[in-house]
Amino acid sequence: MKKNRILTIGAGAAVLALGLAGCGGDSGSGGGTGTEGGDASEVEVFTWWAAGSEKAGLDALVSVFGEQHPDTEFVNGAVAGGAGSAAKDLLQSRLQQGDPPDTFQAHAGAEIQDYIDAAQVEDVSDLYDEFGLNDAFPADLVDRLTVDGAIYSVPANIHRANVVWGNTKVIEEAGVDPNATYETIDDWIADLEKIDASGATALSVGQAWTQVNLLETVLLAELGAEGYEGLWSGDTDWASADVTAALEDFETLIGFTNDDRDGLDWPDATQLVIDGDAAYNVMGDWAEAAFAEAGAEAPADYVYFPVPGTDGVFDFLADSFTLPVGAPHPGGAKAWLETVSSAEGQAAFNKAKGSIPARTDADTSDFGAYQQTAIESFGQDTIVSSLAHGAAVPVAVLNDITDATSKFTSGASDLAGFQDALVAANAK
Amino acid sequence: MKGIRRVGPPLLLLAPSIILMAVFVYGLIAANFATSITDNHTAAQATGQKPSVVVWFDNYVELLKTDDFQHSLWNLILFTVVFLAGAMIMGFIWAWILERPSKGEGIFRSIYLFPMAVSFVASGVVWRWLLNSNVDDKASGLNRLFQIVGLDWLQNPWWNHITFGIAAIAIPAIWQLSGYVMALFLAGFRGIPDELREAARMDGATEWQLYRHVLFPQLAPIALSALVIIGHMSLKSFDLIMSISTAANYQTKVPAIDMFLLKNSWDYANSAAVGTVLLVIVAVIIIPYLWWTNRKEDSR
Repeated sequence: MKKNRILTIGAGAAVLALGLAGCGGDSGSGGGTGTEGGDASEVEVFTWWAAGSEKAGLDALVSVFGEQHPDTEFVNGAVAGGAGSAAKDLLQSRLQQGDPPDTFQAHAGAEIQDYIDAAQVEDVSDLYDEFGLNDAFPADLVDRLTVDGAIYSVPANIHRANVVWGNTKVIEEAGVDPNATYETIDDWIADLEKIDASGATALSVGQAWTQVNLLETVLLAELGAEGYEGLWSGDTDWASADVTAALEDFETLIGFTNDDRDGLDWPDATQLVIDGDAAYNVMGDWAEAAFAEAGAEAPADYVYFPVPGTDGVFDFLADSFTLPVGAPHPGGAKAWLETVSSAEGQAAFNKAKGSIPARTDADTSDFGAYQQTAIESFGQDTIVSSLAHGAAVPVAVLNDITDATSKFTSGASDLAGFQDALVAANAK
Repeated sequence: MKGIRRVGPPLLLLAPSIILMAVFVYGLIAANFATSITDNHTAAQATGQKPSVVVWFDNYVELLKTDDFQHSLWNLILFTVVFLAGAMIMGFIWAWILERPSKGEGIFRSIYLFPMAVSFVASGVVWRWLLNSNVDDKASGLNRLFQIVGLDWLQNPWWNHITFGIAAIAIPAIWQLSGYVMALFLAGFRGIPDELREAARMDGATEWQLYRHVLFPQLAPIALSALVIIGHMSLKSFDLIMSISTAANYQTKVPAIDMFLLKNSWDYANSAAVGTVLLVIVAVIIIPYLWWTNRKEDSR
């Protein structure tokens, strides 16, 4: 009987211990209660910059933040994976539950529309006045960020989506001049045919969103800046013959691409060009960091130029930060937004990330060669909003366009079906 | 009073489970269904900023009419058929080979069962490389292996194929779960008393006749439960497809992926409708099975 009693006591103790462990709740990463002025003890920054040049950029921004706001602790809430799809997924649940991070990254433009509709982000126009951003940012940019008179995000950088990257050697071996300039896409297609005939992969592309990136540059080339912007405002008819011509060009270009595109993300597709397995790749200028990392030099190893037919047009996207409704540490969030929008913050961040500052007065003298040309273009060119990166349309429309594109490039629908699907997607 | 004393304690014991099930399973199913009969298609409605109205079964009708959802359903059926057939046949053959006690049986059993311990996501990453669809010069993975061995004609686009691509995704699933089916059948074989075999041999049955007429029929219940378990796993598959082919690819869309994408697009009502459709499909398989086994138990 003594053994039984010992066993019972032991079992009871184990149950008690487990119960206490379960009951002892963790206080979570939040910590301190918010004071009336806005708790500035820490700031949880939610991004998808968890690797590569993006992480390097975030680290640079954090060190500037440490200098400008030494009393506020930076909590890294980065979520890796899928160019932000995993992060957006988690963000959607957190915002729905009322557990927002102190600030989160979102592409400036129509992508934020859903958050605005759901009343999940605060109006930060007064921060623009406080930090003097209305003068520091180009007027065109501030216009694009304004929704019904209010601004909901602070852009940290500007990226360009309509850039072609080429491997000099592969192009030369096919008998094409790597430094050739092309007036229209049809001129470029003529050279792509030559490269294709020589046996190399003329154009590399990756999974669905990179194909949408390619699609938007083709639409831009065929329709021009005004026609392209009209697609989103409703002025351009998706069922028109101009769009059909653009889709035919898109079909031709996809015909030059690698068969395994649906299994590759953008770094893999760009790596094909870096390694010499493909001649050209259309990708935003975050690809520049991949070339730099591989030690490639322009123009000896690689060349870049705006997508033929879009010279003089800057297809922009911007990573920006928001102030969520109900952020646990509003003071910390404001401090972060101040650093992100400051000249030093933007200079440090963009130098490491490979993009260009949104501010016109940041010190960019030691930026790389490509970035200097991008800064020049941004200052002079016509600016249009990127489709694939959330500036032109809200998430639901973009998902429908992506589905239609994937269906088309995998061969399940013909051109007419593709155009119909695009018409339907934009009718929402 | 006596009734309560008889039923009370067992009911009390089961009460926590019953409450949890009522809330987290049936309650949430009801909430899901309630969402699916509204017109909650935008972010504003999802967070209560704008109202949503009940539209009853409009969402279901619209969903089932669209080509894309029909394509997803077709993919689901194809995937289930290939996965079931492959896993059952492989598992049964392995169990049949191993059912006689033999040397090294333990090692083989472990080898066949190990893949089940790997997560679908981890194995999906490796299988994505193996199932790379490039052929000839740029081939890698299995296509390259076929070239090396000289079986060039076996090269194919794997999961990139428009109609049958989803069957290629069934290959990793078969690889992972055949061991489980094997374990089920092995237990079944071992559960058949020896006297039956001896009696059959005494009656002059050959080995093949012994298997076909005595042993295999005894395995029918096991085959049925294996079928149901593997069947409902295949209807729910999501992580394998996400890790091999990602969500956006049209070739490998299944309803579970549709549900995920619709949720990301803030289209909660349609996402819930897809979920309910999936539930109905799984229920159609499981419920008759449960009712049938229950009836058998009662009739004993």
